Amino acid sequence: MLPGFGLTLGCTVTYLSLILLLPLAALCAQAASLTWAQFVETLAEPRVLAALRLSLGASALAAAIDCVFGSIVAWTLVRYDFPGRRLADALVDLPFALPTAVSGIALTAVYAPNGWIGSLLAPLGWQVAFRPAGIVLALAFIGLPFVVRTLQPAIADLERGLEEAAASLGASRTRTLVAVVAPGLLPALLTGFALAFARAVGEYGSVVFISGNMPLETEIAALLVVTKLEQYDYAGASAIAVAMLVLSFAALILVHAAQRLASRRAGSAVR
Amino acid sequence: MSAQGSQRPSQSPIAEPAWVRRLLVGLTLVFLSLVVFVPLAAVFAEAFRKGPGAWWRAISDGETLSAVRLTLFVTASAVPLNVAFGLVAAWALGKFRFRGRGLLVALVDLPLSISPVVAGLVFVLLFGARGWFGPALREHGIQVIFATPGLVIATVFVTFPYVARELISHLEEQRTDAEQAALSLGATGWTTFWRVTLPSCKWALLYGVILCNARAMGEFGAVSVVSGHVRGETNTLPLQVEILYNEYDFVAAFAAASLLALLALVTLLAKTLLEAHEARTAARGSGSSGGAGRSPTAKELR
Amino acid sequence: MQRHVESGRDLLLAALALLPAFAACSAESGTSATRPRTLLNVSYDPTREFYAEFNRAFAADWKRAHGEDVEIRQSHGGSGKQARAVIDGLDADVVTLALAFDIDALHTHGDLLPANWQERLPHRSAPYTSTILFVVRRGNPKGIAGWDDLVQEGVQVITPNPKTSGGARWNYLAAWGHALRRELGSLDARRDPARADDVRRAEQAARAFVTALFKNVPVLDAGARGSTTTFAQRGIGDVLLSWENEAFLLQKEFASAGFEIVVPKTSILAEPAVALVDRVVDRRGSRALAEAYLRFLYAPQGQALAAKHAFRARDLAHAAPADAARFAPIELFTVDEVAGGWRAAHEKHFADGGEFDKLYRPGR
Repeated sequence: MLPGFGLTLGCTVTYLSLILLLPLAALCAQAASLTWAQFVETLAEPRVLAALRLSLGASALAAAIDCVFGSIVAWTLVRYDFPGRRLADALVDLPFALPTAVSGIALTAVYAPNGWIGSLLAPLGWQVAFRPAGIVLALAFIGLPFVVRTLQPAIADLERGLEEAAASLGASRTRTLVAVVAPGLLPALLTGFALAFARAVGEYGSVVFISGNMPLETEIAALLVVTKLEQYDYAGASAIAVAMLVLSFAALILVHAAQRLASRRAGSAVR
Repeated sequence: MSAQGSQRPSQSPIAEPAWVRRLLVGLTLVFLSLVVFVPLAAVFAEAFRKGPGAWWRAISDGETLSAVRLTLFVTASAVPLNVAFGLVAAWALGKFRFRGRGLLVALVDLPLSISPVVAGLVFVLLFGARGWFGPALREHGIQVIFATPGLVIATVFVTFPYVARELISHLEEQRTDAEQAALSLGATGWTTFWRVTLPSCKWALLYGVILCNARAMGEFGAVSVVSGHVRGETNTLPLQVEILYNEYDFVAAFAAASLLALLALVTLLAKTLLEAHEARTAARGSGSSGGAGRSPTAKELR
Repeated sequence: MQRHVESGRDLLLAALALLPAFAACSAESGTSATRPRTLLNVSYDPTREFYAEFNRAFAADWKRAHGEDVEIRQSHGGSGKQARAVIDGLDADVVTLALAFDIDALHTHGDLLPANWQERLPHRSAPYTSTILFVVRRGNPKGIAGWDDLVQEGVQVITPNPKTSGGARWNYLAAWGHALRRELGSLDARRDPARADDVRRAEQAARAFVTALFKNVPVLDAGARGSTTTFAQRGIGDVLLSWENEAFLLQKEFASAGFEIVVPKTSILAEPAVALVDRVVDRRGSRALAEAYLRFLYAPQGQALAAKHAFRARDLAHAAPADAARFAPIELFTVDEVAGGWRAAHEKHFADGGEFDKLYRPGR
């Protein structure tokens, strides 16, 4: 038996209580100053509903996009050797390391109708910045490293023997990928999705610049929290904050459950 | 990771056809360029639009410099706190199995899914003039929010999962044989920790510190709520970027942004070097060619 | 094993170990013994350039009169956000915000100053005024001349969100007031009980007008500076509804873009208000300094600087003639005339579930 369990657990619990639980308790207490009816009324406001729907929908879409492209990126980075691989590998982390405010103004500068890429899309009638598409873009940007970095070790840890066995048994490459590789990667993919999603639901800095902030259309939930605060409506702000917390936590639990299921499946498939 | 002879996928029966590989590599490069590289390039292009002289003037401006100083101070305060917590939490949660452990691990991850704006809000509710502790602290002349301590605490809140996560998942993978051996030979718990555990997880620790550091320097939403925006005093560099941007001083805003982007690039460089080192150690240690990607695993230690 | 310590004591130890870290954090803040006396002015966005220059002038003036160095610290942001920060404990000696409503909030939400703060300084505590004008692109391609042109099909109007931006509230009320005046002939009719039916009809017309106007808004930024950036830097929209001083600043900062200012026949008299925060100045012992600071806004030099930065100073006698000449004659109505004061305006128009929430329905 290793020593130090009591001490370290005590420290951990204390630190978590001070830094995390106490503040969250304050948040819940503030939201609890509303009656249940007021709480529901705050959340049922069309603007709040629309913002929550947008935040969740755009986050889910962005996380899904990250999963598609993140899988491709992670696969190529692990399995293939090509010029610029190291650079590409380093670039994946940039959205994480770049401050969100900088990402926000940079993406806006590039994708605004008169920006580098925005001006190329404008003649096609595509507008990205100041539309929901812009929000999805910003969220996909910040979520990318979470997906790629979760997938990379999983791909690297895949046992090639299994793939080789499948191939030697006559399975086509596509079939091997679908039947052997995909189930093995699913748990990691779900984790990546969950991380990207959870990060995106609350994202503020990179989105406010590019979203256009139109109520009911491109106004995200985090912005609504700020809006409520600016009207001295602390309880309303806390109510939305609690709703966001609960929703993203519920999503995390859901994904966690799915992930367990998937890893059990993958485990039994291997065995 | 290195793609050495025997591992070259093209010679393996399990490789995709060449055109698929080219397509995937192409997609990767195009996607990364459009989404990541172009915005980064835009930051530098805008920052240097009026030449290096204007860039230099912008970043040597007094307020920007004080923002740099504040950002460094906040980071230098928040990161060690989180390292200490990360080590302690990793020992408790990574080395032991007990009831409620899952909940604690989930709690450690929680700040990742909390909106930065909400993170700022909770500290206003705690330390604001009408918050739980604000009035009492103010009576003793202690100002938490709208001053440096508030910035540090908000940053700690937002960034503490990064070190702890890395270490916990690292220690989880590790067996405790080495520690047990040290203990049975009469080493104290401390000695065991310093001489056995810490060296074995130093790369995970360093990696966590790098992530935590990057996040701490760049935090915007939470810090924006608790800063008060007093010029030259409580504006961190990301806030200074927003201020300059709102003053139509786009060159200066992007110059400050380019400083942050440089810091990000340095961070990434450090990380890449770290991984290269890991891969080398892993290759030397076990002769195995796997273990690319980020997570330094226990392989090198066994 | 002797290394096994009881966990209860360990918990305590752990808590103690963490305390110094927090203490170290908070101790850092109290270091101002050797620095000159300071004053914190918490202001809104468009006054950055004005107060930067004004603060230097005041510090020099104070040094001349009292031989003491003072340092004016400055904070800028959205007006409502700034007021909230002061309520939450940002130690502002003076506030200089976009609308009196936000300073009222310091009384109602934090009891930081008395209810009658507006009577403590001349001109209802508004040393300078401003108004809302239009900024259009070079050559005014859409031929915008007045408020009614803003609701035409195909005209894109840029304004920030009235829920988050003080400036946007002035924009909104200016549009509302224009429509009321157009219907009623004069805003005095609002107070005439005999014309209650007319007023009701006029309000309906105003609602329709403002609804149509916001239908033409493609991007609703959170703050005035965000809107200006959207219009000027991103090239979106045909007309920007803007503070007068911001309009001039925009012309200067983006000289090559050739923006033109269109002065409508009527607009709103915007009265950004100033006040000292009693609770803070009494605690910090800075009342005399704060009072002198605010008084200096009304002094000839302060008024001249306000005019220089394109605020309509109350007294233009000391302003440079070129500065004074910039202010186009314009028929101005007040918030009281349009909505019966800020409190009423907020409740009717901007509170959650108010007029703005009702009339703002996208889905064009």
